[in-house]
Amino acid sequence: MSDALLAVNDLRKSFGALRASDGISFDVMPGETHAVIGPNGAGKTTFISQLAGNLRPDSGRITFAGEDITGLPAPRRARKGLARSFQITSVYPEFSALQNVALAVQAHAGHSFRFWRDARRDPALTGPAEKVLGEVGLKERIHVLAANLAHGEQRQLEVAMALATGPRLLLLDEPMAGMGIEESQRMITLLSSLKRKQTIILVEHDMDAVFRLADRISVLVYGRVIATGTPEEIRGNPEVRGAYLGEDA
Amino acid sequence: MGRKVFWAILILALLALPPVTLALGQGFYIDLVRRIMIFAIAAVSLNLILGYGGLVSFGHAAYLGVGGYAVAIFAFYGVNNGFLQWGTAIGASALVALAIGAVSIRTSGVYFIMITLAFTQMLYYLGISIEEYGGDDGIRLKMRSQFPLLDLSDGLQFYYLVLGLMLLSVFVVHRLVNSRFGMVLRATRSNEARSRAIGFSPYMYRLTAFVIAGAMGGLAGALLVNQVNFLTPDYMHWTRSGEIMFMVILGGMGTSAGPVLGSFALLLLEDILSNWRDPRWIGEHWQVILGPLLVLSVLFFKRGLAGLFTRHE
Repeated sequence: MSDALLAVNDLRKSFGALRASDGISFDVMPGETHAVIGPNGAGKTTFISQLAGNLRPDSGRITFAGEDITGLPAPRRARKGLARSFQITSVYPEFSALQNVALAVQAHAGHSFRFWRDARRDPALTGPAEKVLGEVGLKERIHVLAANLAHGEQRQLEVAMALATGPRLLLLDEPMAGMGIEESQRMITLLSSLKRKQTIILVEHDMDAVFRLADRISVLVYGRVIATGTPEEIRGNPEVRGAYLGEDA
Repeated sequence: MGRKVFWAILILALLALPPVTLALGQGFYIDLVRRIMIFAIAAVSLNLILGYGGLVSFGHAAYLGVGGYAVAIFAFYGVNNGFLQWGTAIGASALVALAIGAVSIRTSGVYFIMITLAFTQMLYYLGISIEEYGGDDGIRLKMRSQFPLLDLSDGLQFYYLVLGLMLLSVFVVHRLVNSRFGMVLRATRSNEARSRAIGFSPYMYRLTAFVIAGAMGGLAGALLVNQVNFLTPDYMHWTRSGEIMFMVILGGMGTSAGPVLGSFALLLLEDILSNWRDPRWIGEHWQVILGPLLVLSVLFFKRGLAGLFTRHE
């Protein structure tokens, strides 16, 4: 537990009578891909929002790299190395793919109170950005406006923006959402290439993807983690089958 | 038309305007265009926060007023040194912008619009209430700001100074919005949640832009007092804020040329219509014509007048 990169301890968050997070404890070891699954309304989004710093928990503790980050706002967490992608695609539509990623590089290259030099032609920003775009398979598309990218490409761009911040932990919120089969396969290939190199929390509905990518899976139901284990353990867990997988199978 | 061609034509035309109009015996155009360029500076500064920053400030006239008062109050006590007057105008406007911005940038949307409007109306009523400085009636200047080697009472010298300052303000904003600082500003207007998620805390960047825009607005105020030799609290009336905002929207938000085009279009139209003599009713009720024209132009030029000249960036 103590060598976990991220540790969540008894996290609670209620909206009126609804206990969206009802004592969640959860940890991520360095280098692992830890998936979070659960039926609709299980509280995945609430959980993610608290990890990313967009929602303040009622109680509980979130520790990142040995430091209590429970009270930190989202931008401070991002600067500490916690990068996220969004369930609903979130890019800068009127900037090119390159500028989108260059901004992510810039966010981690010291303060931005630099008022004169043209940032669009700053190789210290565009260089690393081009490299990351190549890694996610958007090399040919770097000068296309993000708004004009296909949906799948926008999702790749989001992963690129997260990677460009040089994160210690990637928080991917349904990276396959809204994708066709082919696009999903491409994303799975991309994420497999990141395994081991990156520590990843993967929230995903696509069971195929989850069971192929995850080292461990946590199952969230009604704001509680009812099981954590390897894909085999989760598949064989009767409680999980009853609460969740049974619905799909 | 490329942007370089556009600016070259505009600059040449503005450089040539005084000799040409004087030769034609139409010298009053120098005065009119000078006034337009002063408002263009205010519009350019508002464009930094409105067009690039997405901060819909409905109180930009505050800085015209603060800049104007700084000059007029010095003049009232017989201090006419231009560096002192204008330096104070810029500095005081920056301070006022810092105070207003520090509070209002914590809000967003309609609240931001209303709170910037409220602050500016407070300043307006403050101006009216200070009897010492003329209250409602304002202050008349005995002379324009004094500079070495430069005589502002000479309409031509003043004209070229204003032209230079307008171009400088366009250039400064152009550099700012393409710098790292400006990219944060523009990105955050585009998608704030995304900016926060990659690690930008928008508040200080927005506040800095707000202060820069305020300082530039203060310079426009100092110029405006010199233009009319007169200061009234009306400089800060909310309709003035609306006018500046309209210049930016009409010309094209978030473009270099937009605020300049907008100021020229709005103020020239206003001048032409209000001087219309045949039929007479147009000159008397020119707002009736101007209003619908503006509505139509916003409906048809979605990217502003600048959108007519430039291709997609």
